[in-house]
Order: sequence, then structure tokens, then C-alpha cells
Amino acid sequence: MNRHVLSMHDLTADDVIRVLDTAESFREVGSRVIKKVPALRGRTVVNFFLENSTRTRISFELAAKRLSADVINFAAGGSSVSKGESLKDTALTLQAMGADAIVIRHSSSGSPLQLTGWVDGHVLNAGDGTHEHPTQALLDLYTMREKLGRLEGLRVAIVGDVLHSRVARSLCFGLVKMGADVTLIGPPTLIPPDAPAWGVQVDYDIDGVIPKLDVCYMLRVQRERQRLEYFPSVREYNRLFGLTATRAGALPEGSLIMHPGPMNRGVEIDSDVADLPQAVIEEQVTNGIAVRMSLLYLLLGGGGGAEASAEREEVLRA
Amino acid sequence: MLLDEDDIRRALTRIAHEIIERDKGAAGLVLVGIANRGDHLARRLAEEIERIEGSAVPVGVLDITFYRDDIGLRAEAPEVHETRIDIGITHRTVVLVDDVLYTGRTIRAAMDALTDFGRPARIRLAVLVDRGHRELPIRADFVGKNVPTRRSDDVRVLVRELDGRDAVVVQEAGSLSANGDALEQRSGSATGDALEQRSGSATGEELR
Repeated sequence: MNRHVLSMHDLTADDVIRVLDTAESFREVGSRVIKKVPALRGRTVVNFFLENSTRTRISFELAAKRLSADVINFAAGGSSVSKGESLKDTALTLQAMGADAIVIRHSSSGSPLQLTGWVDGHVLNAGDGTHEHPTQALLDLYTMREKLGRLEGLRVAIVGDVLHSRVARSLCFGLVKMGADVTLIGPPTLIPPDAPAWGVQVDYDIDGVIPKLDVCYMLRVQRERQRLEYFPSVREYNRLFGLTATRAGALPEGSLIMHPGPMNRGVEIDSDVADLPQAVIEEQVTNGIAVRMSLLYLLLGGGGGAEASAEREEVLRA
Repeated sequence: MLLDEDDIRRALTRIAHEIIERDKGAAGLVLVGIANRGDHLARRLAEEIERIEGSAVPVGVLDITFYRDDIGLRAEAPEVHETRIDIGITHRTVVLVDDVLYTGRTIRAAMDALTDFGRPARIRLAVLVDRGHRELPIRADFVGKNVPTRRSDDVRVLVRELDGRDAVVVQEAGSLSANGDALEQRSGSATGDALEQRSGSATGEELR
């Protein structure tokens, strides 16, 4: 497996299956009386979150703790970052403290990649700007496979603000890699112009697509990342692209409603719809812990032995 | 070949008798097999005990990967198998079942893992083959066969559920390389020895 996980492109289809299969075992660990295993004792995981986050940070923290790693939570407020310390200097400080893995969330796309040039540890992207959010995609793939039994051939629509969504990008790449059939739906202003090159279809009419879906994946309208001009009004957005009760009723039997959270109830998804049994939004959160444990275990559980140190030397020489 | 199908069946029957003799019955007994050969042996022992005593014995399967003492010493994170222990083990007698007892490291990890599921009244150990070379102060309560080996030997238990037939085979390390058989490093839990090299699917007989 790749040393860092910055993008879904860092993982092969086999890697993805390995992560999901191993996550299965960690789901079992999560059901025990003692939900903790000593697998990563003595390893240090730094949660380096320079952008607000609740579920991803807590999920990574819990994942690392359940693996018995030492966890340092490091946020922008209350650290030297608010005194103007640069990303590089902060990274070098973390490096000096011996972090084995750094989980980074940053508002600038590409900052996790920059970080890999400054630190020895593994870097995990927990969301960078409008680029990628691979662990969210992995937990979504896990949830789809668990509920529907497969990924290949699944018909998935990703609906909403694809342009600003790192979740949509990672999920698209992941689904296409696993052989699913993906359709992006949204206002033309919020569909990236290069989307057809990702191997997906684009549609602007949600009602035509909904009756043919296995998964309807709703994206959050990211008010913080966009100026209002992308669509005329929230009301209109809801009428044209929101998952209303009528639309949810048109979904085939057994299909799933998913959302990465946090939800804007009444905007991209109606409140009643979010609470339907086929909406697996809470399961997504639960699965997130197991998937992140799996990824941390697979990255940090190896890394020793002659082979690994030879590889590391090669990297250093390059 | 060290043990054939009939030898294994007889050994398991004897061990089943010994287990119930030790505790005067099968009450409060739980068999926990260590993945991914021990669980099949545990299931057979349970069937045997049920046949003798007439009462069903619960069986669990335990993967010890997360409790290994060599995580991080390997280039790759070891492969993980299924764990499923559906019944509470607190106040019960747990018999751990494994195929080969070697360094004892697997059993140490298994005992650590078990305590995360509860506090058994006692833990006993049943193995099909004890090949010696312990690195920890651990011994088995029930042994199918004691086999003197060299550290370089490869002792493998084959079970029909996974390998198509029942047998215990020994391969000497020299005979492996003489055959030009590619050595494959396995993350399996059979012996727990970090550096033990195991051959692929070829059986000992074919190689000798």
C-alpha cells in the first residue's frame, strides 16, 4: 500500500478491498465489551485539524485510541498557528515530537501533499480544500458494500454541489475504481466542467434518474465555500435538486439514501427523508471509525523489517 | 507425513475425553479456536464432546492479529481473520484450541485477547501438535502429539475445510529450497513466530 493516503488515486482496487475487509474485523472489535486492541501501542497519531470538523476529527481520534495509539489533537485555535506559525514550522515541530502518522485537515487543497515533503510519518488526508476526502469515500464504499453486498455495477447518483465537494471527488474516483456506475446531478454551475473525464455521467434532471438508483448520495450545500450566485435561492435549489419525500418515494425498493453530514435539513434533504429507514447516515458515521482503524492499522501496522527500511532509504535518496 | 486423517480423528477424540474428564463434564465449557486452523479443530472437538456427553458446547473463533508482539517489525501489516465469540466467557472454562504449539507467542496473544471479552474462570490449552522451542513459559493441557523438531522445520496442519484433507506434515527447510520452491512469508497465526518461513500450497509429501 502507498505510504500516504492523500487521494483515492493512492489506493488500488485491491487496496480498497483490503481496507474494507480489515474494517470488517474492526467492526467486530467495536461490538466488544472492551472496544480496544493493542495493535498500535507505542505509536503516535497527530490529528492536525486546521479547519472546523466534528465527526471526522472525533472519528479519527476514537479510531487511533481504539488501536491503543497515543493521540495528540492539534487544532488551529489555541495553538501557535494562531500566532502566525507557518504550516511548515508546525509540521517540523510535529516531526520533532516523533509523530508516526499525521491526519491533516486544511482549507487549502494540496496541503497534505506539501506536508509529505516535511515529515517522515504517514500522512492521511482528512479533507483538503475542494480536493479530496478519501477516508469519507472509503467509509461510504464500506457502507454501500455492507448494505447492498457489492460495489461493482451499483448505480449511484451524487447530487448537489459537486464543484466544491471533496467528498464527491473522492467518492467518484473510488466508485469508478470499483466498477460502479456514477451519475452526477446538480445545477450546471456546480458541476465541474472536467467531470466527464472522471468516467461518470452528468445529468441535470434528478427526477429522471431517481427511479433507476441503488444509492442516492446527497451532498451538503456548502454555504461557506461558495458565493450565492451559483444558484438563485435555497428554495429553488430544494425544489430542483433537494431530496423531498416525493422523490424519496420514487427510489426503488432497497436503495439507500446517504449524506456525508453535516446536513442542511430542508435544503438538500428534507427532514423527514433524513429519518427514513433507508437513510443510512448514522451507519456511515459508525462505519467511519472502523474504516479509519483499518487504514491506520494497515499503514502503521507494517513499516518495520529490512524491506521497509530499504524502501525508506530509497525514498530518502530520491 | 506425521499424522494422517485417522490419527487426527483419534487424537481429537482422546482430547475431547480428556477435556470433559478434567472438569467432570462439559458444563460451563467454551471452546475457542485460534484462526485460521484452530477454529476448525475446535468445532470438531465440540462435536466429539457433544457426542460423548450429549450436551452442546459453544464454540468461538479468535483472531489474535491485533495482539501480536511483532506488529511494526514486519514490512506489511499482518492479515486479519474473523473473530466471533458470541457467548460470554466470564466464569466459564475456556479451552483455547490451536493447531501447532511452537514459540508460545500466539497463545500469549490469545490470552490477552480473551481477557478483553471477559474474565474466564480458567483458560486451558489444547493443541494438535506440540513441536517444542518455546520462547515463553507456556505449556499445553491437552496435546495430540509431541513432535521433536528443528527450528528450521516447517510443521503444517492441514484441515479438510481449508486444505481439502486432514494431515500433519513436516517439511525440512533444506528440502524446500532444494526443490526450488518459492518461500512465502505468511502472516497466519499458526505458530506466531515472526520470522518463520512457510511454503505456499504445496504439501510436504509432494516436496519430499
